[in-house]
Amino acid sequence: MGKYSAFSVFRHALTGNRNWQRAWRDPEPKSAYDVVIVGAGGHGLATAYYLAKEHGIRNVAVIEKGWLGGGNTGRNTTIVRSNYMMPGNTRFYERSLRLWENLSHELNYNVMFSQRGQYGLCHSPAQMDAARRRGNIMRANGIDAQLLSREQVQARLPYIDYSQNARFPIHGSLYQGRAGTARHDAVAWGYARAADGQGVDIIQQCEVLGYLWENGNIVGVETTKGDIKAKKVALAVAGHTGHLAEKANLRLPIETHCLQAFVSEPLKPLVDTVISFGGAHFYISQSDKGGLVMGGDLDGYNSYAQRGGLPIVEHSLASAKALIPGVSRLRLLRHWAGVMDMSMDGSPFITKTPVDGLYLNGGWCYGGFKATPASGWCYAWTIAKDEPHEDNAEFTLDRFERGYQIDEKGAGPQPNAH
Amino acid sequence: MIRINCPVCGLRDETEFTYGGDASVTRPPIDDTQLSSWMDFVFMRDNPRGEHREFWHHVQGCRQWLVLERNTANHAIGSCTLAAGRGT
Ligand SMILES: Cc1cc2nc3c(=O)[nH]c(=O)nc-3n(C[C@H](O)[C@H](O)[C@H](O)COP(=O)(O)OP(=O)(O)OC[C@H]3O[C@@H](n4cnc5c(N)ncnc54)[C@H](O)[C@@H]3O)c2cc1C
Ligand SMILES: [Zn+2]
Repeated sequence: MGKYSAFSVFRHALTGNRNWQRAWRDPEPKSAYDVVIVGAGGHGLATAYYLAKEHGIRNVAVIEKGWLGGGNTGRNTTIVRSNYMMPGNTRFYERSLRLWENLSHELNYNVMFSQRGQYGLCHSPAQMDAARRRGNIMRANGIDAQLLSREQVQARLPYIDYSQNARFPIHGSLYQGRAGTARHDAVAWGYARAADGQGVDIIQQCEVLGYLWENGNIVGVETTKGDIKAKKVALAVAGHTGHLAEKANLRLPIETHCLQAFVSEPLKPLVDTVISFGGAHFYISQSDKGGLVMGGDLDGYNSYAQRGGLPIVEHSLASAKALIPGVSRLRLLRHWAGVMDMSMDGSPFITKTPVDGLYLNGGWCYGGFKATPASGWCYAWTIAKDEPHEDNAEFTLDRFERGYQIDEKGAGPQPNAH
Repeated sequence: MIRINCPVCGLRDETEFTYGGDASVTRPPIDDTQLSSWMDFVFMRDNPRGEHREFWHHVQGCRQWLVLERNTANHAIGSCTLAAGRGT
């Protein structure tokens, strides 16, 4: 694998860009591996990379039923932030943000991480109090957070609705300057290339159908390309987690729901940051191509369909207009959906399971893209050492029976409310 | 748009309803003191890819709780009955 650099761009230009190597191989599966990771989204690929790099475990395959990065990794609205306040979450997401800050160098691949800041708008005195509390917890953990007044927000975001009769008046905002966005595909590609460079086999167009069992332990996977033995099998399949857990006789505190995203026609630079509306579940940023990237609520009912319904289109665009009236005559270019692994408390799992040989990474809800580097890093640690790192120690399955849910929103066991 | 055939009101848009989750879980008897049965009821779900029986509340219609059969893979709608009297 050649290293990418300004020099390599120049050298390949001289030969008409005909001699670039493939970014990763396309191998046939071997009959056995030390670790088989199921799912080549960002999380599965990052796990493979850190297994090889941090723990020297290189006899690893990542098995993907479609193409790598074609799941939620390639469907999300790419917001990266670390404004979490529950013990268990706060330090984990901050680890992730720190890894993001060096990721392009680490992978020798431009993931276009752009720390353009994120505003969480507040529309009532109660929301300001909640924001102040969240900000204080973040700062106590060494994470940047700023509480901005209405006037400060207005100076920085002059294009949102400050009129007296706005349905959700702007009272202020919690602001994280180190938050931002990244190029989602590049994250999958960068980790894939770096993992492949460490000797990991990435096997696409190969679906895991079930497991190989020995004395009640999982010792490999059945796939559409035949059986593959593995000392450890690690799931990282997002919305398909329930399906693959069921084949291992596990019932999980997870429901699969559909979440949509929207991109407008391109326009000149307008939104140079990330804005989360506090009046409804809605957020907006602008891509480098100029499209406004928007996301909203879940469709609200269990779904594996990977396509959304029109009520949420209307709801999300009404929110966009309530926030920035000026967008009312823009047209949508595209919209799509992903299938989300919604957990019962809104927080994830990175853990061993009750079945020997099977490991679980899932329950990411809407928020797993930002988690990608730390998720891979902590999952690799858990798989290699058979125990969690302290930053993912709370992401266990048994937290529910111990009464230690990590419910950031205080919404209760309702997956469609997180 | 999903359209739900409410046994009281007839065919109505999903926007008139709120979703109430998996209708196959059953509440344990109130004197059941086993943690595991309550764990199962409150937190654990089969989450199938395919046929699903689920609660919907016709909150902007007759206000009845309904049990709908719906396919989670393609959103095809099956039967819809009143939840009242099913004994949860
Ligand atoms: C519309 C939308 C907006 C979002 N916005 C944000 C955001 O702004 N910020 C944020 O942090 N997060 C966001 N998320 C969440 C984020 O995208 C996900 O949590 C994260 O990308 C999950 O990564 P993953 O690697 O776990 O899953 P995925 O990328 O979904 O990868 C799982 C892979 O497993 C494969 N797979 C499944 N079953 C099998 C099988 N049987 N055999 C082999 N392979 C299999 C799938 O094909 C898939 O490629 C959003 C999600 C959506 C859908
Ligand atoms: Zn009705």
